[in-house]
Amino acid sequence: MSKLVITDLHVTVETEDGPKEILKGVDLTINEGETHAIMGPNGSGKSTLAYSIAGHPKYTITGGSVTLDGQDVLALSVDERARAGLFLAMQYPVEVPGVSVSNFLRTAKTAIDGEAPKLRTWVKDVNGALERLNLDSTFAQRSVNEGFSGGEKKRHEIAQLELLDPKVAVLDETDSGLDIDALKIVSEGVNRFREREGKGVLLITHYTRILRYIEPDFVHVFVDGKVAESGGKELADQLEAEGYDKYLKANA
Amino acid sequence: MTVTTDSVRSALEQSPELDKVESHLHPAGSFVVADHEVPTGREEIWRFTPLKRLKGLHADAPLDGRNTHATWNAPEGVSVGVVTGDEATSLRGVSGWVPNTRFTARVLAEVPATLLVDVPADVEAAEPIVVEVDGTDADTTSGAHVVLRFGRHSKAVVVLNHTGSAAVAAVVEVVVADGAEASVVSIQDWADDAVHLSHHQARVGRDATYKHAAISFGGDLVRMDANVTYDGPGGSAELLGLYFADAGQHIEHRIFADHTAPRTKSHAVYKGALQGEKAHTVWVGNVLIRKVAEGIETYEENRNLVLTDGCQADSIPNLEIETGEIEGAGHASATARFDDNQLFYLQSRGVSEQEAQRLVVHGFFNDLIRKVGVPSIEDRLLTTVEAELAKNVLKDVGSLAAFGSDS
Ligand SMILES: Nc1ncnc2c1ncn2[C@@H]1O[C@H](COP(=O)(O)OP(=O)(O)O)[C@@H](O)[C@H]1O
Ligand SMILES: [Mg+2]
Repeated sequence: MSKLVITDLHVTVETEDGPKEILKGVDLTINEGETHAIMGPNGSGKSTLAYSIAGHPKYTITGGSVTLDGQDVLALSVDERARAGLFLAMQYPVEVPGVSVSNFLRTAKTAIDGEAPKLRTWVKDVNGALERLNLDSTFAQRSVNEGFSGGEKKRHEIAQLELLDPKVAVLDETDSGLDIDALKIVSEGVNRFREREGKGVLLITHYTRILRYIEPDFVHVFVDGKVAESGGKELADQLEAEGYDKYLKANA
Repeated sequence: MTVTTDSVRSALEQSPELDKVESHLHPAGSFVVADHEVPTGREEIWRFTPLKRLKGLHADAPLDGRNTHATWNAPEGVSVGVVTGDEATSLRGVSGWVPNTRFTARVLAEVPATLLVDVPADVEAAEPIVVEVDGTDADTTSGAHVVLRFGRHSKAVVVLNHTGSAAVAAVVEVVVADGAEASVVSIQDWADDAVHLSHHQARVGRDATYKHAAISFGGDLVRMDANVTYDGPGGSAELLGLYFADAGQHIEHRIFADHTAPRTKSHAVYKGALQGEKAHTVWVGNVLIRKVAEGIETYEENRNLVLTDGCQADSIPNLEIETGEIEGAGHASATARFDDNQLFYLQSRGVSEQEAQRLVVHGFFNDLIRKVGVPSIEDRLLTTVEAELAKNVLKDVGSLAAFGSDS
């Protein structure tokens, strides 16, 4: 099973002028095996949604709920959420100086599985995942994300997705900043994940481009902290043709 | 003991025609103890040090106590031993050091013996020369004079490893002759009650390479001044430091790269972590680029990671430039707590908060530990960092399962 249900989610961030509401009642259900695309203009709250699901301490949940297979996600710590099966590919992956990718991946895998991976197969798995994402094996010895190009960081996120094998993946603008070759490589990685049994994907993007390679089951337009419209993949085509103007005007 | 005029003259001769630099950071030197007043704590060079906890080492505590026991190994071609009498006297100030503190003047004048590590010209030591200094009593005070002499084109690593309990004032003089490649690692892994006030003075020859690593974990009060001057062009000094202060500890490191010759290099990286109530660290990085020192390069960096509330890290880089003709000069200093984004990133991959903190701390020190470049010490430092972490960050974690060496 892997069913992520977001109900009437309200989230604020702390600003100099006090708390500011960013998410204003988000409703979304991702059933197992489904891919949902969330599209929206900059500043509409897409990353806030992603971070709130993952539990970033900067965001305060003021209302609503998030459940994964019925379990209250919001009651869990960040690492417990990951161990429950959530994965967030970040828009801006974080550099961790002095911690090698290899050590990082093994520590994460051990934490998620509750036991250390079998050494022999693990090394093969890591090298395979890196290779499929077009990252050569020297990346294993480099510090996590340090000195990686923007594209390398994103490909590293997807390599982690393959290795950690969550139930539900939230991908926050994994496509932005990628050239067409890198976009294809990343999309293939996501599609390999989707082919596994019962996986859910929440694909956050600003552009329709990636949807040519990763076909969504549902498309949601996200404006001003909530879902403004939902539909099938034809909604993406409409956005491609018309942009977000209509929603922004309606909102203003 | 009085210092012979010869050794004074030779010390002065090592700095011919250097302009006098008037600076409160560099008080005038003298071998005469009476020329140095007992510091009050108001002096610039003493203002961070809690003098009360020095057991009188800065003032008039006896320096003849027997509170340490030293053992060593001597690889082929290297001689290590204690010298006394005229031989010891002739070594006072061999690094060019003219004392500007009372305790260094007293050590040079009053300590009868010198531990001499002598690496003759052209000798490459097959393994590190390790001097184990084990303290036996923190209630007695003592003084120590150590000379590390690296002959022309020699190559060797010397490790001074301090453990146990003692109150010691030490002067370590290092002579790196032309073309030599010298590494000196000083580990302060004392017991909780130790007091260690030390001055390391190195003189780096023409085209010589000097690496100095100061590693401080244990002791109630540890203060080390690590200074470098240059005998000729092309000398290069790498000054490394790693420290970990726990509750109540005072760990103070000062460096002084005195660019006394053209086309010389200094590169300093000191990193420290602090944890626990009243853990206090001080780093003062002095670099002086004299008029003669054209075409030099210098960079100094100090980073502190504050792991808990109640700690204080003072960090003061200080660059004095007296010539316009330099290749490069820079410094960086930063003191920070855990980066929330780093912890969040690691935790979002399932790693617990404590495990994430541990990864970050290891990562923080890792590059520095590698730079020390002595494999047997690298392993030991990783273990020691782990043990320090166990006191706070990991105190509730039973198992250290996931962190290990890279496969
Ligand atoms: N710490 C903060 N202080 C003030 N405003 C913030 C803070 N973090 C995010 N915001 C605001 O929240 C809104 C949503 O940001 P974000 O979720 O990053 O949007 P998106 O990912 O859709 O571009 C933006 O208007 C942004 O300026
Ligand atoms: Mg965003």
